[in-house]
Amino acid sequence: MSEAYREMWENLNLDLAAHDGLLSVLGKFYGDIYMSQQGRLKGMEYLDFVLSEVHGLRIKELQDAKAQGRKIVGTFCVFVPEELALAVDAVQVGLCAGADAGREAAETLVPRNTCALIKSFIGFKLARLCPYTESCDLIVGETTCDGKKKAYEAFAEHAPMHIMEVPQTKTEAARALWKAEVLRYMEKLEELTGKKVTAENLAAAIKTVNARRRALQRLNALRAAVPAPISGRDVLLINQVSFYDDPVRFTASINTLCDQLEERIKAGDGVAPADAPRVMLSGCPMAVPNWKLPYVIESSGAVIVGEESCIGTRNTRDLTDESGLTLEQMIDALCDRYMKIDCACFTPNAERLDNVESMARDLKVDGVIQYALMFCQPYAHEGIKVERRLTAGGIPSMSLETDYSMEDVEQLKTRVEAFLETVR
Amino acid sequence: MILGIDIGSRSIEVVGMAGGEVVEKRRAPTTFNPVAQVRALLDGLSARRAVATGYGRKLVQDLDLGFPVETITEIKAHGLGAAHHFPEGRTVLDIGGQDTKAIALLPGGRVGKFEMNDRCAAGTGKFLEYTAQIFQIPVQEFGLYALGGDAPPIINSMCTVFAETEATSLMAQGVRPENIALGLHLSIARRTANMLQRVGLAFPLIFVGGVAHNPCMRRLLAEQTGTVEGETLLVPAEPDMTGALGAALWGETLARS
Ligand code: SF4
Ligand code: SF4
Repeated sequence: MSEAYREMWENLNLDLAAHDGLLSVLGKFYGDIYMSQQGRLKGMEYLDFVLSEVHGLRIKELQDAKAQGRKIVGTFCVFVPEELALAVDAVQVGLCAGADAGREAAETLVPRNTCALIKSFIGFKLARLCPYTESCDLIVGETTCDGKKKAYEAFAEHAPMHIMEVPQTKTEAARALWKAEVLRYMEKLEELTGKKVTAENLAAAIKTVNARRRALQRLNALRAAVPAPISGRDVLLINQVSFYDDPVRFTASINTLCDQLEERIKAGDGVAPADAPRVMLSGCPMAVPNWKLPYVIESSGAVIVGEESCIGTRNTRDLTDESGLTLEQMIDALCDRYMKIDCACFTPNAERLDNVESMARDLKVDGVIQYALMFCQPYAHEGIKVERRLTAGGIPSMSLETDYSMEDVEQLKTRVEAFLETVR
Repeated sequence: MILGIDIGSRSIEVVGMAGGEVVEKRRAPTTFNPVAQVRALLDGLSARRAVATGYGRKLVQDLDLGFPVETITEIKAHGLGAAHHFPEGRTVLDIGGQDTKAIALLPGGRVGKFEMNDRCAAGTGKFLEYTAQIFQIPVQEFGLYALGGDAPPIINSMCTVFAETEATSLMAQGVRPENIALGLHLSIARRTANMLQRVGLAFPLIFVGGVAHNPCMRRLLAEQTGTVEGETLLVPAEPDMTGALGAALWGETLARS
C-alpha cells in the first residue's frame, strides 16, 4: 500500500523512513500472530483488510472527512464519551500506543519508570510515527492515573489537548464532578466543530454507540461456546479495531461475523479442541499491536474466552439508557453509564472484584491470567486483590507483569505453560 | 528406557528410567550449541520416548530423535522430581543458572502455586557466578569460602551488575572478603525466602537445582526460613538432576496411560 499513500503521509509530516520501518514490523507481526492461525472465519477477512489498511485507507477516510469540515478527536481511555463527539459529527479514534516506538525520545519527557502505554503514545508523537495522532484536531486526555495525568502536561506542549477530570470515587460528589466535566467537554466539542449537541443528534449517537456495544456483547456471548468458535487473538483484534473504525460499518461487519459464528457453533466447530484450557485475561488495556501475551497463551494450547479489560468487556458491558427525551436526561444517562466503568483508578473499586469473579464463572474458565503493564500501579495493586478473591472462590489465577519488549517472551512462555499445567 | 532431558541455561542433564528405576545419568554444559550437546549426550542410548524440560525443551522436540518427545515446563518437572525424592515435601525451591522458582506442592508432586523471578538474573546461579569472579574463586568453592565470614555487610543491590559494584567498594573500604562473600549469599537467601513466602511456604522445604550444592546457601536459607537441614530443609543427593528426573517420571506416567 505504501506508494499510494506516501504523499498523504508526507503531508501529515510523518517521519517516512521510521514509518516504513514500523509498517514492516507490524506486517510481520500480524503475519506471524494472526495469519498463521488455523481455521479462521471468513468474516475475519474484513478485519485483516482493515488492519492492512490501518495507516492507508482509514487515514485517507479521515483526511476526506476533514476536507468536508469534520473534526478528528483522539482519545486514550474509554472514559471519554464517544457519543458527544458523534453528536457533533466529529470522528473519534482511539490512539493505540501498543508498540515500543520512540521510547528514548519519550524518556526525555516522562520518567523511565513509566508504563509502556504512556511512553508509547508520547514516543509515537515525538517520533512522528502515528498518522492518527497527526490527524487529530483535538486529543482528549483524562486524569485516570498519575502517570497519564502528568504525561499529558508534557504532551500538551506537542498536541492540542483537552483534559477531563475523571473522579476517583463513586460518591454523589464524584458523580457531580463527572457531570460537570462531561458538560465542559461538550462545550469544548461545540466550540471545535461549530455545531451544537441537541437531543436529536445525541439520541442518534447514543444509539450508534450502543449498537456497537451490542454487537460486541453478542460476539462475547457467542465465543463462550464449547468448543470456542473463535480465538481470543481475533476477538482482541476486533476490540482493538472498534476504537478506530467507522462505528456503523464496524457494527454491521461484526454482526455478519456473529452470524458465521452461530453456524460454526451449530456445527460444533471450534478453533481449539473442546478440552483446551479456557483462559480469561484481566487487567490493563492492550492497545494495537500489543499481541504478545495473547499469542503466548494461545500458542501454548489454551484459548482465551474473555478479556476483562478496557479493550474488552469493560468497554462494552454497560449500555447507555436510550429512553431519555430531553438533552438533560440523555446527559444524565451518559454520566450514569460511564460512572459504571470499574477502572482500577477508583477507590474503593469493589465492583471490579465482583465483575471479574462473575465473568470468570459465566465463561467457565479454567484460569484467569492477570495482566499488568510494568509500572502500572493501579492494576498491579488490584492484581493482588483480584487474585485473593479468585483464589477464595476456587478459580486459579496468575499475575504477570510485562511491557512491549520481546526479551521476556521465553520467560512468559514458561510461566504461562506452567500455569496451564496446573489447571489442566 | 524412558528419558528425561533438562536443557537449562548452564547445563544439560539426562536421566534414563526403566521400570521405575533410574538406570542412566548424564550431564554436559549447555554451551552455545545445545543441540549438538544433546545429541552427544544421547549417543548410544536407545529410548522409547523422552520428555524434555527447561529453556531448551522445544529444541529437543525438533531434533527428530526417532522416538516421541513431549515437553513439560521446568516448574512441573522440578515439582515431580522433588516429590519423588521426598514425598512428604510441601514446598520446592529451585535455584538454577538463570531462574529461581518457588513451588507449592500438592499431593503427588503436582504444582499448586508458583513464583518465578522476572527477566533479571538477581538471586540466581548466574548472580553467584558473576560475583565469585570478583573474588577469583571458582563458583563451586564460593559457598565454602563465604562460610569463612562472620559479620556480613548488608548488600542492598540485587542487580548483578550493581552488586558487583557494591562488593568492589566494600573491598576498597577494607571489609574482609569472606564477609562480603557472605553478604552476597545473604542477599540471595533473603530474596529467596520472600519468594517462598509468596507461595505460602510450608515444611518440609525441598531445595533443588545447582545452587543447592552450595553449603553457604543451604545454611542461610535455613536461617531465613526457620528450617533445619535434614529435617525441614531437604536436599537430594544430586539436586541438579531433579528437573531431568521429573521429566523422566512424567515420561513413565505418559507411557502408562
Ligand atoms: S484502564 Fe482506566 S484509564 Fe485505562 S483506558 Fe481503561 S478506564 Fe481508561
Ligand atoms: S497502564 Fe496503568 S499506568 Fe499505564 S496508563 Fe494505564 S492505568 Fe496508567
